[in-house]
Amino acid sequence: MGTNIIKVSHLQKFFGKNQVLRDVDFKVDEGDVTTIIGASGSGKSTLLRCINLLEKPSGGEILFHGKPITGKGFDPCGYRAKVGMCFQSFNLFNNMTVLENCMTGPVKVLKKTKEEAREKALLYLKKVGMEPYINAKPMQLSGGQKQRVAIARALAMEPEVLLFDEPTSALDPQMVGEVLSVMRQLAGEGLTMIIVTHEMAFARDVSTHVVYMADGVICEEGAPEEIFEHPKKEKTAEFLRRFSER
Amino acid sequence: MLPSDFWGRIVFILQEYGSSFASGIWTTMIIAVISTAIGCLIGFAIGIVQTIPCDREDNPVKWGLLSVVKFILTAYVEIFRGTPMMVQAMFIYYGSAMVFDINMGMWTAAFFIVSINTGAYMAETVRGGILSIDPGQTEGAMAIGMNHFQTMINVILPQALRNIMPQIGNNLIINIKDTSVLSVIGVMELFYTTKGIAGAYYTYFEAFTITMVFYFIMTFICSRILRFMEARMDGPDNYELVQTDALVLGEGMHTYTGKDKNVSTNSDYRAHKTGNFNRDQREGM
Repeated sequence: MGTNIIKVSHLQKFFGKNQVLRDVDFKVDEGDVTTIIGASGSGKSTLLRCINLLEKPSGGEILFHGKPITGKGFDPCGYRAKVGMCFQSFNLFNNMTVLENCMTGPVKVLKKTKEEAREKALLYLKKVGMEPYINAKPMQLSGGQKQRVAIARALAMEPEVLLFDEPTSALDPQMVGEVLSVMRQLAGEGLTMIIVTHEMAFARDVSTHVVYMADGVICEEGAPEEIFEHPKKEKTAEFLRRFSER
Repeated sequence: MLPSDFWGRIVFILQEYGSSFASGIWTTMIIAVISTAIGCLIGFAIGIVQTIPCDREDNPVKWGLLSVVKFILTAYVEIFRGTPMMVQAMFIYYGSAMVFDINMGMWTAAFFIVSINTGAYMAETVRGGILSIDPGQTEGAMAIGMNHFQTMINVILPQALRNIMPQIGNNLIINIKDTSVLSVIGVMELFYTTKGIAGAYYTYFEAFTITMVFYFIMTFICSRILRFMEARMDGPDNYELVQTDALVLGEGMHTYTGKDKNVSTNSDYRAHKTGNFNRDQREGM
């Protein structure tokens, strides 16, 4: 495996008195595709949002290339530019076209020229199959299309890690396929990704590492075969059983 | 000589004082439009500052400074929203001359008073506009590394502006009418001009009939122009596909022009269109 990118140690997060993350440790190396599975409310999304500093961790630390991201003098904007994120609700900019959505980050944040940004944006839009829709506004697209544009927008920043927060949860089954196929392709190209998902078959196929979370802690983690075929803990086995029953 | 019938007098006044009315209308409009624009800028600036996120524990110095600035801005909004513009006009124009020996001149005073008044109202309107935007938009912008200012300028304010356009229109219309209170500091806007004209021949009814009509025309035209601008901001309802999508069949994604009667399905339409328009789209980008 490649060099370590993100290392989370003893991470805690409180919302008021409610402790969502108790003591989370895990690391992501270059080229890893880590999927985080678990029941709703187990803290998966919160963990992801802490990694991207959309939530401020209450305790513990997150290291990015060995530097603590909550430390003094750490530039959160520069950090977020290197760690992309795709949301469950897409969060595309409604006032811009598809192309502008993918160009605005590179132009405003990375200070690239418009020509350069357009070229990159078109490249990634083509990759996700949304190149024909460059002149459309997000409102005019279907959910799956929006999520693919959101992926292209994140890719246009050329991030070191890409975080996915339940990217297919808001989509109907037909659209889930188109988004997952894009993500599968990215995984195949060696992009480092952390994916929170309920798509077990996808998690099993694509990931190099699976993390099962329950009640704010990592219950079990390991290679996909280990987790899905021979889970060590009863909790994990039961969670997976419930999923396969559906 | 002054005619004896109503319509005759109207025509007489218009002929005699047409240029005075014109200059009154011009003054009213220029003060209303420019001050509304400046007021909007003030409102947006305050809106950006009021929504800066800051954690007390994270950065106490920044937090303290921000609290002071926010307090001053809130005080400004409350004071100027809470007192009549006519009183403010007297207070600022004559007060500054007598107490501080500042002779700001009528025009400066007029722009200043109407602008800061509009600004106070707009600050609250903009705040409402910003709150109306889905927090997901902010998160999306933050996730690609934008700071607060970039997020506001590129993502939030353009959308907020669209949402508060009706309120900006309201403000412009209110300002067109409310510039009449500037007559107390001697600004020769439409109302003050009319008073002079009416007094010359004691034709109050006729002169103010004309002025009523002028005010209505001004506000009506402005409200129509703003509606038109809103429609422009919404952009086109349709969009053009640049080429076929490999992953999804674009059912229902064609642009219906109404002219191509023989086009019935999407694939037909594409086959019909591909070629010439691919190139146009790429060049136009």
